[in-house]
Amino acid sequence: MPDFSGVDFLRLDDLLSDEERLARDSVRGFVSKEFLPLVQEHVRRDGSFPMELVPALAELGLFGANLSGYGCAGMNNVAYGLVMQELERGDSGLRSFASVQGALVMYPIHAYGTDAQKERWLPELAAGRAIGCFGLTEPDFGSHAGGMITRAERRGSGWRLDGTKRWITNGSIADVAVVWARGPQGILGFLVETDRAGFETRDMKGKFSLRASITSELYLRDVEVPDANRLPGAEGLKAPLGCLTQARYGIAWGAIGAAMACYEEAVRYVQEREVQGGVLAGKQLTQEKLVFMLTEITKAQLLALRVGRLKDEGRLHHSMVSMAKRNNVDIALQIARSARDLLGANGIVDDYQAMRHMVNLETVRTYEGTHDIHTLILGEHITGVRAL
Amino acid sequence: MKIIVCLKQVPHQDARLDIRSDGAWIQEEGIKFEINTYDTYALEEALRIKDAAEAEVVVVSIGPDRVTQALRTALGMGADRAIHVKDPEAEASDAIGLAKILAAIVKAESPDLVIMGMMSDDGNFAAIAPMLAGLTDMPHTTAAVKVERSNGTLRIDREIEGGAREVVELRSPCVIAVQTGINQVRYASLKGIMAAKKKPFDVKSIADLGLGGQVGAAAVKVRIEKISPPVKGERAEILEGSTQEIADRLVGKIKELGLL
Repeated sequence: MPDFSGVDFLRLDDLLSDEERLARDSVRGFVSKEFLPLVQEHVRRDGSFPMELVPALAELGLFGANLSGYGCAGMNNVAYGLVMQELERGDSGLRSFASVQGALVMYPIHAYGTDAQKERWLPELAAGRAIGCFGLTEPDFGSHAGGMITRAERRGSGWRLDGTKRWITNGSIADVAVVWARGPQGILGFLVETDRAGFETRDMKGKFSLRASITSELYLRDVEVPDANRLPGAEGLKAPLGCLTQARYGIAWGAIGAAMACYEEAVRYVQEREVQGGVLAGKQLTQEKLVFMLTEITKAQLLALRVGRLKDEGRLHHSMVSMAKRNNVDIALQIARSARDLLGANGIVDDYQAMRHMVNLETVRTYEGTHDIHTLILGEHITGVRAL
Repeated sequence: MKIIVCLKQVPHQDARLDIRSDGAWIQEEGIKFEINTYDTYALEEALRIKDAAEAEVVVVSIGPDRVTQALRTALGMGADRAIHVKDPEAEASDAIGLAKILAAIVKAESPDLVIMGMMSDDGNFAAIAPMLAGLTDMPHTTAAVKVERSNGTLRIDREIEGGAREVVELRSPCVIAVQTGINQVRYASLKGIMAAKKKPFDVKSIADLGLGGQVGAAAVKVRIEKISPPVKGERAEILEGSTQEIADRLVGKIKELGLL
């Protein structure tokens, strides 16, 4: 596979700092040379991730890259976004791995944890020696996370957790689970070591999408944890939603990566593919598709970059992240479908990447706030009325 | 120990190249650049020496503003200090002019080792290393595929005709030009990139190096007149038939050409 040099129609590189470009290019090279040669095999094996890459991912500093201290790189949010873009250019499963570890496990510990919790877990998670997972979604409560059934009850000086979590990335390989549960006075967050009695997992098989990623169910049957495992800064549902804003921000960038991979593959293919009367690139309908792709990628880049700058300036509202996630995943999915169209019959085999990205993006459209939920968040922002 | 690594920034391997209107070079506006592949192996070799022993790695590059990226990448990978020679006159130099610029830096820095790629992906001259060695009166070797150090002596395996290897010993200070593939080049880590922001980064002009009038456009001995894309061949022959028939005819063709 030839090297990937990115898609930059409007010279947006000029708006990036040296370290933002360097971070992107370093991860880009890693994904091309180390990850992409492995992805096909892992996609063929349902629900597996190239775990042998974890030490190298950690060495690159990809876990919690925008957090500071505790062995984290301390990059700004634009550099972090570009890193997510490059990871998802490889596969949504690779970006999900880093998103969960950084935004959904390390971030809540960093933001809501005690010093002891930070010192115990963050260096281990940053170094990839410990893997984390995030337990919010349940079999019966997805978008309506506030309806969760999992309970946290006082048990002596500690807590007893009981419930089931579903669609949990890295659940069965995690050393620590961030578990959200309904306590006596509202939603509470806990760090649960996965070797505790009563904690069990089962992997979810038969996925058409995100096959290079491990998805599990977590079963907590009267799992006892000390109060020292509770995240004291996490008060109510806004704590897990705060984590999701971090992860959704990364997804808004990640989707651009998947879109760029599909666009680049399509451009390359149509220039080589001979059809009646010349190359496929010379057909009007082909060009219309490519123009749509390039225009939407460029708009998505501008959206993500502006949201990133606002995040770095501390002026971000979560509805802005909703717009970026909603739009960028939507156009990435359209671009992936269009690229697969252009690849014709070849587009359905896994020697080409468009269909892999396409089916991955169906998941990305659904998780971390579905497309429709983000529509309603924005709708409420505009009107002030929560729609039913 | 001090090691100087000479880096050139070249167009990205995947960049679409268009020829400039005067026909003498490519249009550089809007394309992506990267560190010359050969030079990345030289940098990695220097960083490995640094990892194994106490060493300062100084990276040097000549070129316009964009070259900052190449040097910052090298600092992010672990180099300690960067020198950027930025001067329109420097860029207009031919190989001997560039070698003179590097020689001025080498004389000022007195390194124990100068290491670089044996040629550049774009120009393919393979001239700088031997010229620099000549100008600085240092021993040198090219096409290095293995570098071993012991007590001020370097033992180098170099690639020669037909895949054979020649082993040479050089005493320090010396110049080594490396072949690609001699090591596995590391990636700049995000922490390394952040740390690179604080590392010394010197920018020098031709006047700073005391080379006014000696290099640049007026002093060139070799000038690129014209570049052209490879001509598309008209003589391709598509073999048709069953796999067996195609294979038989292909073997026949290869034998015809005396290649088998």
